[in-house]
Amino acid sequence: MLRIRQDLVDGMVAHARADHPDEACGIVAGPEGSDTPVRLVPMINADRSPTFFRFDPAEQLEISKQMWAADEEIVVVYHSHTATEAYPSRTDVSYAAEPQAHYVLVSTAESGREPGPVSVRSFRILDGVVTEEDIEVLPAPDPQGETD
Amino acid sequence: MAVEVRIPTILRTYTGGEKAVSGQGSTLAELFDDVEGRHPGLRARIVDEKDSTAALRRFVNVYVNDEDVRFSGGLSSPVADGDVVVVLPAVAGGAL
Repeated sequence: MLRIRQDLVDGMVAHARADHPDEACGIVAGPEGSDTPVRLVPMINADRSPTFFRFDPAEQLEISKQMWAADEEIVVVYHSHTATEAYPSRTDVSYAAEPQAHYVLVSTAESGREPGPVSVRSFRILDGVVTEEDIEVLPAPDPQGETD
Repeated sequence: MAVEVRIPTILRTYTGGEKAVSGQGSTLAELFDDVEGRHPGLRARIVDEKDSTAALRRFVNVYVNDEDVRFSGGLSSPVADGDVVVVLPAVAGGAL
């Protein structure tokens, strides 16, 4: 089960729409061991491709150092599929190397950059085995308390 | 002093859960050999040995003091006391 705030889901979807038809990718970081996604980090798709994504190694290092200093870890790895369903491909499975992470797939195949239906699904990928899990969406924090 | 090696979550089963280990060596290859002595199995997850040549595995990124060594000498990259080596899994995928 992935429990994640509505604003973080909205952020992943907005990123996927903005980068459509290329695949978008990023992470949601959270405190180590908490299994709680807190901080959305949209990342560069170094391949800028409609069928492939790869974290930019320099950006990934930078984010990894920030997380190290803040005792955070990757809680969610997300990326979009722009012409196919929100289900991990063989490539996704072969690269999956974050055993603690929820792998979130956003499919923009139906509505592209426009408002409309998107599919958001979450998976565990361990030792090559894909297991879909439920997503429980939690309310976004009170906008009054937000500074942006 | 020694070289600090930061271990990604997926490889911490080899380090008893430790986030970082320390080692000695003048090159990355020597460093990973040294660390292997205390954390057996770790080296093979980072280094690919084929036909008696060793190279970094394709799905792993290794940085010495923020420099991605894939572009600067790979396993023969020099390391020295006080250096920080970061090992990260490459994160990639796609629709196909």
